[in-house]
Amino acid sequence: MTAINFAPPPADIGYPELRAEVRAFLKETLDPDYTAVERARSWTGFDADFSRKLGERGWLGMTLPKRYGGHERSGFERYVVLEELLAAGAPVAAHWISDRQSAPTILKFGTEAQRQEILPQIAAGTCFFCIGMSEPDSGSDLAATRTRAEAVEGGFRINGTKLWTTYAHRAHYMILFCRTGPAEDRHGGTSQFLIDLSWPGITISPIIDMAGEHHFNEVAFRDVFVPESALIGKLGEGWSQVTSELAFERSGPERFLSSFTLLSELIGILGMAPGESARRAVGRLTAHLMVLRHMSQSVAGMLERDENPMLQATIVKDLGAILEQEIPEIARTLAAGAPRNADYERFAAVLARTLLAAPAFSLRGGTREILRGIIARGLGLR
Amino acid sequence: MVLAEDDATSEMVLETARKLFSDFEVGAFEAAVANPRDQGAPWLPPLWEAVQQMGFPLALLDEARGGFGLDPLTSLGIVREAARHGLPLPLGETMLANLVLVEAGLNPTEDPAALAGGLDFTRESAGWRVKGVAHAVPWGRHLNALVGCDGAGRIARLTEGWQVEPGQNIAGEPRDRLILDTVVPQAEVVEAGLGAELVQALGALIRAQAIAGALEGILAKTIAYTQERVQFGRPLSKFQVIQHNIAIIATNTAAARAAADMAAATLPRMHNDPEGFRRRVAAAKLRAGEAASLCAPLAHQVHGAIGITREYPLHPLTNRLWAWRDEHGAEVEWADWLGADVLQHGQAAYWLWLADETRSNA
Repeated sequence: MTAINFAPPPADIGYPELRAEVRAFLKETLDPDYTAVERARSWTGFDADFSRKLGERGWLGMTLPKRYGGHERSGFERYVVLEELLAAGAPVAAHWISDRQSAPTILKFGTEAQRQEILPQIAAGTCFFCIGMSEPDSGSDLAATRTRAEAVEGGFRINGTKLWTTYAHRAHYMILFCRTGPAEDRHGGTSQFLIDLSWPGITISPIIDMAGEHHFNEVAFRDVFVPESALIGKLGEGWSQVTSELAFERSGPERFLSSFTLLSELIGILGMAPGESARRAVGRLTAHLMVLRHMSQSVAGMLERDENPMLQATIVKDLGAILEQEIPEIARTLAAGAPRNADYERFAAVLARTLLAAPAFSLRGGTREILRGIIARGLGLR
Repeated sequence: MVLAEDDATSEMVLETARKLFSDFEVGAFEAAVANPRDQGAPWLPPLWEAVQQMGFPLALLDEARGGFGLDPLTSLGIVREAARHGLPLPLGETMLANLVLVEAGLNPTEDPAALAGGLDFTRESAGWRVKGVAHAVPWGRHLNALVGCDGAGRIARLTEGWQVEPGQNIAGEPRDRLILDTVVPQAEVVEAGLGAELVQALGALIRAQAIAGALEGILAKTIAYTQERVQFGRPLSKFQVIQHNIAIIATNTAAARAAADMAAATLPRMHNDPEGFRRRVAAAKLRAGEAASLCAPLAHQVHGAIGITREYPLHPLTNRLWAWRDEHGAEVEWADWLGADVLQHGQAAYWLWLADETRSNA
């Protein structure tokens, strides 16, 4: 395959009224003192109250069926809401995982009881999820997972340790990916479970990142009993279920907007009539953003039509991370020598925050190396 | 369902184009390398005749005008397919010339044609005197029709009245200087709303699409080469470092094509939303040009020494990429224009700008 097509998104993706509603909501909801540095946290800023208010407005679980508390709106309407939230730097981390990937996974593979219990809470913005995939010896190599669920009377007993579990310390549930069959059966012997993090035997310990912040955790399972009803989907089908999550995870607007606040602050300090190098750099970054936005919306269209845009989603994430990581480097070059006023101070704080966050952009959600392997496979090289 | 029918027709047209162009690829390459390099790419009359028979020069027109009535994405996709096979063909130029002519109420042409900007028009009793020098006109020596533009909106349909000073780009494609001094009858001159900026954007639109095609060509050739070539006991394609280089070519090729298609979809709005059209063309030409700059050297790196020989058919594509990225505005020129536009709107409007809400008619 050497012609990778991104079919143009429908022309009516704009939804101007919905955009206006979200903007008005943000204006009235976000604290006037909400700083640029907080906005720069992008989708890693956690605010449970904010998530609940979004739920009240009907902007969580937007595409879920009404019988599960959802709103049966299109993937494009959801896209518009996400995009507006991210552009404003709203604190969306609390519900981000549950709305983006836990809800679709439960809807697609969960039992009727799981759907009825969990999905309405996700749509209300009162129930938060974390991802139980990585482990100490299983990072990019997800199939090397060692956490094991052993069948026991009435359910399973789980032992093992999950790592890099973002916001486990503030989440209610985890979708756990673990081994249920022999280790030699790399992809076949894995399953997914719906884990209530308050169950006995689960210990959550913080891992502080280099910015001094607590996002990551280690989550240890010691003889944790889970009822049979916690199994998501089919026993042994964990691998294929997990990989179907990834197209949702890899192509959204969060994959090119992580450094958006910094770019916006940069435009602020450059002023309206800057020199040639500033014009060229801002024009170039803007062109990249326009094209990535177009590609990301195209993937949203493919997901909406139930196509499988795995390769396209992977490409959006790979190119998006490159752009997000370029922005701080270009910003510092253009800002060198700018007058040291209050605007500059704000810019510098956002730059520092973004620089420290940037290495993660090409690690989270699949490292650059893993993504390029997936692309090579898509091209028939593997 | 109408949409499905359109999709099927589009795919059929593109499949026909692919078949035709791949039939000509080897012959065109052999003819080009049989020529000394400084004589450039030779004109292939049978190729143009085949293209004419297919009706491709009229592809952007609606059915009433002899066109295909397809969306511009498909019509410009034909240009991309021609570029993918490295063919010596002013097809995009002719398609655009016909679009402009027909929109102005003038007759289209099935002969090779192009837009020629920067000319002076003065009223005379017998019509309009069209005078000036048009630079780097693609395949100028082979054109039978020319759409002269005064840069202020007026166009003239010409079929004679110019002298040719030959030139070529680094891929050996004719880029001739045309010296005009002729009188065009009143009926062949029309105020078409085709200012200099729009002329440049139309050129950039087809070059972005052609760059995407040439990139798809080098991606295909690079994959095929690495699957055949064995070193250290395995095909090159099995080495992870090679796979990653090919992945970089693939992602940038996909971005170039998506960018070109993003701009192509707005072609029908070029007159009533000129700002929106020009912004997307700027982004597309810039993004495609950047992909060309990154991918052409990578394709050569992966091919090794064979790829830089005249006998191996990689250079028709990489050399065109190096030429085309500089035609109708290099990356920095479009970046400068786009950046000035963004910065003039300021920080508070940046997201609105990206969400396409700052156009004067939005």
